[in-house]
Amino acid sequence: MTTALPARIEAGVRRRAVLICPEAELVEGSGVAALVDGTQVALFLLRGTDGNRVHAIGNHDPVGDAPVLSRGIVGDVEGEPVVASPLYKQRFSLITGRCLDDADVTVPVYRILLSDGYVYLVR
Amino acid sequence: MTLRLVVIGNGMVGHHFLKQLVGADRFRITLIGGEPHPAYDRVHLSEIFSGKSAADLALASRAEYESAGIDARFGDRAVAIDPVNRTITTEHGSSVPYDRLVLATGSYPFVPPIAGNDLPGCLTYRTLEDLERIRAGAAGARRGTVVGGGLLGLECANALMNLGLETHVVEFAPGLMNVQLDTEGSTMLKRKIEALGIRVHTGTATQAIERAASEEYALTMRFAGAGDSLDTDLIVFSAGIRPHDGLAREAGLIIGERGGIAVSADCVTSDPHIYAIGECAAWQNRIFGLVAPGYRMAEAAAGHLLEEPAPFQGADMSTKLKLLGVDVGSVGDAQGAVEGALAYTFHDPVRQVYKRLNVSADGRKVLGAVLVGDCETYDAVLQYYLNTLPLPGSPEALILPGSELTLPGADSLPESAIICSCLNVTKGAIGAAVSGGCAGVGAVKAETGASTGCGGCGPLLKSIVDAELARLGIEVDTALCPHFRHDRQGLFHICQVEGIRTFDDLLERHGNMRPDGGSRGCEVCKPAVASILASLWNDYVLEKKHAGLQDTNDARLANMQKNGTYSVVPRIPGGEITPDKLIAIGAVAKKYDLYTKITGGQRIDLFGAQLHELPLIWRELIDAGFETGHAYGKALRTVKSCVGSTWCRYGVQDSVGMALTVENRYKGLRSPHKLKMAVSGCARECAEARSKDVGVIATEHGWNLYVCGNGGMRPRHADLFATDLDDETLIRYIDRLLMFYVRTADRLQRTSVWMENLEGGLDYLRQVIIEDSLGIGAELEAQMARVIGSYQCEWAATLEDPERLKKFRTFVNAAGGDDQIVFVRERGQRRPATAEERLLHTDRVEEAS
Ligand code: SRM
Ligand SMILES: Cc1cc2nc3c(=O)[nH]c(=O)nc-3n(C[C@H](O)[C@H](O)[C@H](O)COP(=O)(O)OP(=O)(O)OC[C@H]3O[C@@H](n4cnc5c(N)ncnc54)[C@H](O)[C@@H]3O)c2cc1C
Ligand code: SF4
Ligand code: FES
Repeated sequence: MTTALPARIEAGVRRRAVLICPEAELVEGSGVAALVDGTQVALFLLRGTDGNRVHAIGNHDPVGDAPVLSRGIVGDVEGEPVVASPLYKQRFSLITGRCLDDADVTVPVYRILLSDGYVYLVR
Repeated sequence: MTLRLVVIGNGMVGHHFLKQLVGADRFRITLIGGEPHPAYDRVHLSEIFSGKSAADLALASRAEYESAGIDARFGDRAVAIDPVNRTITTEHGSSVPYDRLVLATGSYPFVPPIAGNDLPGCLTYRTLEDLERIRAGAAGARRGTVVGGGLLGLECANALMNLGLETHVVEFAPGLMNVQLDTEGSTMLKRKIEALGIRVHTGTATQAIERAASEEYALTMRFAGAGDSLDTDLIVFSAGIRPHDGLAREAGLIIGERGGIAVSADCVTSDPHIYAIGECAAWQNRIFGLVAPGYRMAEAAAGHLLEEPAPFQGADMSTKLKLLGVDVGSVGDAQGAVEGALAYTFHDPVRQVYKRLNVSADGRKVLGAVLVGDCETYDAVLQYYLNTLPLPGSPEALILPGSELTLPGADSLPESAIICSCLNVTKGAIGAAVSGGCAGVGAVKAETGASTGCGGCGPLLKSIVDAELARLGIEVDTALCPHFRHDRQGLFHICQVEGIRTFDDLLERHGNMRPDGGSRGCEVCKPAVASILASLWNDYVLEKKHAGLQDTNDARLANMQKNGTYSVVPRIPGGEITPDKLIAIGAVAKKYDLYTKITGGQRIDLFGAQLHELPLIWRELIDAGFETGHAYGKALRTVKSCVGSTWCRYGVQDSVGMALTVENRYKGLRSPHKLKMAVSGCARECAEARSKDVGVIATEHGWNLYVCGNGGMRPRHADLFATDLDDETLIRYIDRLLMFYVRTADRLQRTSVWMENLEGGLDYLRQVIIEDSLGIGAELEAQMARVIGSYQCEWAATLEDPERLKKFRTFVNAAGGDDQIVFVRERGQRRPATAEERLLHTDRVEEAS
């Protein structure tokens, strides 16, 4: 693998992009889990009007208290992409991490970079 | 002006009366309840012996009365009414003034004036306390005797039998239930009840009760006729009821000819300040010993007080009940006493069924009926009777088995027809509720109260609501979710007709597409469509194009547990398993340290596997000859069996063999909800087939087929669908039934609910499946044959394909499992650690490896 890691400088903070996997490992319309520095992240590949996009949120479902969000069903609520937890079906926005069924609950959202057919997570 | 309103008696009717006044702030209400607790459901009192608690039967609570502003007092009876000074005196000495008084004192069991009727062991059957006394008395007893063979007496006999006593019924009259039945009906009932092991002594007058001379029993009953006697431990009197009219008598109110406080149609007594309602009241010298007329009286009295008259107009005393499992129905004039009445009778000595239909001299009107052993046509007869509908040319159809004539159609009933007799709801009121915006049975129930009593009017209610909706041209919104405007059935047809094979294709052609391209479906429509596609085309469910549609259980071919791990359930058809296979399961469980449990479905469940372990575990299981058990799917789960004729001394057919045939035939079939079946080898029914979607019970001549049963949250016994079938016919009916269900049921609708919602219910289903009334029998069979022909074990298919195996990685970027999952050891096996245990990290905690 000889791809150069795209590093980014934003507002004076040095960010790091961690290589996760080839884009081909993801399946359109569903999720996978990845382990990034000991943290579990759920990645979802969605088709959009302008090509595919990958969204990433924390894999841990705070309601069911288990690392399962990557295994939920992906859908939309009035156009906003969401995943429904496989345990008790609460829906989490893939854009904001907000739980649509419980305003007090959110999960972390991560930035993803697609480059040369590879998926990176920006830390 | 506020009126001081006092209610004496907090039985069912007194309570119903108070409900009518909720929110009427003109009254300051005091309630004097003689029993120590608020009103309860006396009608279902016997259920105390089948597991209900007093709390389950409660109709009201002190807190509810309090919050309604009612001064409710319990356990202090009224002992005198002073109608001149308008005050009541209670047992404990309170004096309660009133402006208006309502007597709802009900009635008490009549205990015949027999010497010894007050000996210990002599009881009655009316209140919660009575039942406690009976339970206590039955504890050390062997034999119990009910005095009285009426409706309540027989209900009481059933209770004694359930308490394990040898049960006798002693009735003075020549027959049982002679108020509701004619001689023939009562004879048939007696025969049926005796067959259940209850000894019935009719035409027997008890003259005295004594302490028994022998050690064996406690009491001896002496009957008229020399030397006749019966030893028993317990006697329950159920020889009729008498109105609690003593208070009123002493206050000088007028009493009816046969007792009861005389009332007008507004339920006013001879004192204009005093009302009487329920079983203590007599209207036109009649006392009504049922709860529905009492409710009508409560409404009449409340109507009069609120100046919205709702006069009492008498009540229909027709009854349908199951006595000791025997169906008994009585409509209108059972004896056919009216001048010129004609009677049709039907007598089936084999099935022990007796029916009688009394019609008017011109044969046009139903006057009454008696049904013993089969109440299937009760609803129809009742509607003809209540609404004086003109009878069809051959009225006997109303009592002949298997005749076409069932419920009169919703259209033929007049607006005034009473649909729900418990809550007195007419067809007109239902129509008004629907026009007023109630767009379904649920809403109409909430609005009108219809079908919230005994529930017997449910099917008729539904057909009326549907007809009314159709008449108004209202289409019921059955959209599956925001992404489709069709229901499951509609989508099924679309996919079938248009040959649609993917979710995206369906969404694009028939979904509610968003201009922003953000339509992706959701967790409701995706699995529903996945199931439709699987039923239609039976593609391998993990095909890439279906992958994102499934719930995790279907997608990973295993059931997710609370900590994110999965369970593994190999198929064990019919529950039959060889020792070698048992050892193989044990070896796998041991190797992967899986928690192991025998399920309620006669197979073995292995818990605690991580995603990446699933293929490893299944490889070993498949090598040992197992297949997937579809425990994760809306699909055929288990076919339970009993050992049947192969081993059991009572078995009449090879139930294990049939269970295997059936399970192997339908395994893999995807359906709107899970499907469970069972096959029993004889009528003892050890496989519990009648609690299954499809139940098969062996007979001497073949198989009886039961359908649409259910355990779970809303248990329902399966209905007998067809009898004495040969193997081939049995399978044909099941093929058709299951395919018809797959095609027409809603998402997540078990067969029981599906059948109840089918217009025409079970009869309709019989027509479609047995008589092939829609002409689709062959098509259903062919479709089933295709599904069966394309069966493949999903786990075997998955293991062969490296692409598919990728779905079973815990992490896309790291091998192995999740080492943050924590287990605890308990009783020698692993289980998920609780949140506290994970925090504490005690010694018992171990991390996944
Ligand atoms: C394992 C087992 C309990 C046990 O330890 O014995 C079980 C376990 C579960 N049952 Fe069950 N049921 C099990 C027998 C039953 C039975 C008894 C039977 O089948 O004879 C019933 C009542 C019979 C019936 O279904 O009519 C039963 C009625 C339910 C229901 C209620 C269904 C209903 O219509 O009301 C649910 C919930 C649902 O399906 O929506 C349910 C759902 C579940 C789920 C799938 C809940 C879940 O989503 O996690 C459980 C997971 C199973 C797993 O992880 O493997 N389970 N469940 C039994 C597995 C049987 C098997 O071999 O496949
Ligand atoms: C086992 C059983 C099964 C039945 N099954 C059916 C059925 O299937 N269908 C049906 O329609 N009906 C059935 N009934 C009859 C039904 O329960 C009665 O018709 C109904 O309960 C009558 O209600 P009520 O309020 O008039 O009288 P009750 O329920 O008798 O209530 C009267 C209340 O007033 C109290 N009271 C009396 N005197 C005083 C006083 N002086 N001061 C204070 N309180 C007083 C009593 O203690 C009692 O609590 C059944 C009855 C029994 C016992
Ligand atoms: S149902 Fe019971 S009694 Fe009948 S064959 Fe099966 S095991 Fe034997
Ligand atoms: S007839 Fe009993 S609830 Fe309607």
